Amino acid sequence: MNPRPGRATRHWRNQRLTSIALLPLGLWFLAALLRQPDLDYATVAAWLAKPLQALLALLLGIAILWHSGQGVQVVLEDYVGGRLRGFSIRLSQFIHAVAAAALAWAVYGLVTGGGA
Amino acid sequence: MHSPAERPLSPHLQVYRPMYTMVLSILHRATGLFLSACSLLFVGWLVAAAAGPDAYAAAGRFFSGFAVRFVLTVALAAFWYHLFAGIRHLAWDLGFGFEKSSARASAAVVLVCTAAAFAATLFLTPAWRWLTGTP
Repeated sequence: MNPRPGRATRHWRNQRLTSIALLPLGLWFLAALLRQPDLDYATVAAWLAKPLQALLALLLGIAILWHSGQGVQVVLEDYVGGRLRGFSIRLSQFIHAVAAAALAWAVYGLVTGGGA
Repeated sequence: MHSPAERPLSPHLQVYRPMYTMVLSILHRATGLFLSACSLLFVGWLVAAAAGPDAYAAAGRFFSGFAVRFVLTVALAAFWYHLFAGIRHLAWDLGFGFEKSSARASAAVVLVCTAAAFAATLFLTPAWRWLTGTP
């Protein structure tokens, strides 16, 4: 692989890497979620207080938001023209960044014992 | 800045005669966008759980609404579709399956796998009960 790929190449490559990461992480989450006896607060808080489970949820969230940010950007580049293009991409990046911060806060709170 | 994009852009859809391989390609983007929106529900759910029992109970009322349940059901189908279609895209990236006949065959495989996985998740797990709210 080119040792110093350009920005577009990195974008393309990272989109593939995050998609590969999302295969096991997505399947883990669906399986783990469906294996919970209930989705009430006590069950979910106990589940995601386990460090490994919290780590997987964090990795899943990061991979989702990264992949999503890239995918949304590509669609906006294709179908939004003119001045709105740059604005819509920056808006999407802002929303994804806020979601990533919220995700980090949530996982930290869950793993340190709830009631953050 | 962001324009012009540093890559070839997708041609505008109107120039093509619709074909079902093309419909699948559009579906991949549509499910991707839909799942992007749903990722905010995922983050919101985690935030509610981290914020404590009261916030989680409020989130529970939101998630048990009919519209949100419907969205989550569609998201489950979109998840499976995007996963299988994504594997097809990764195979293309590795150089496999470009022939017109294999592209059509893999399209059918994606649809069958999606239907099977969606049905299996709905009917062989608690998903149906949770999504429909039946006891």
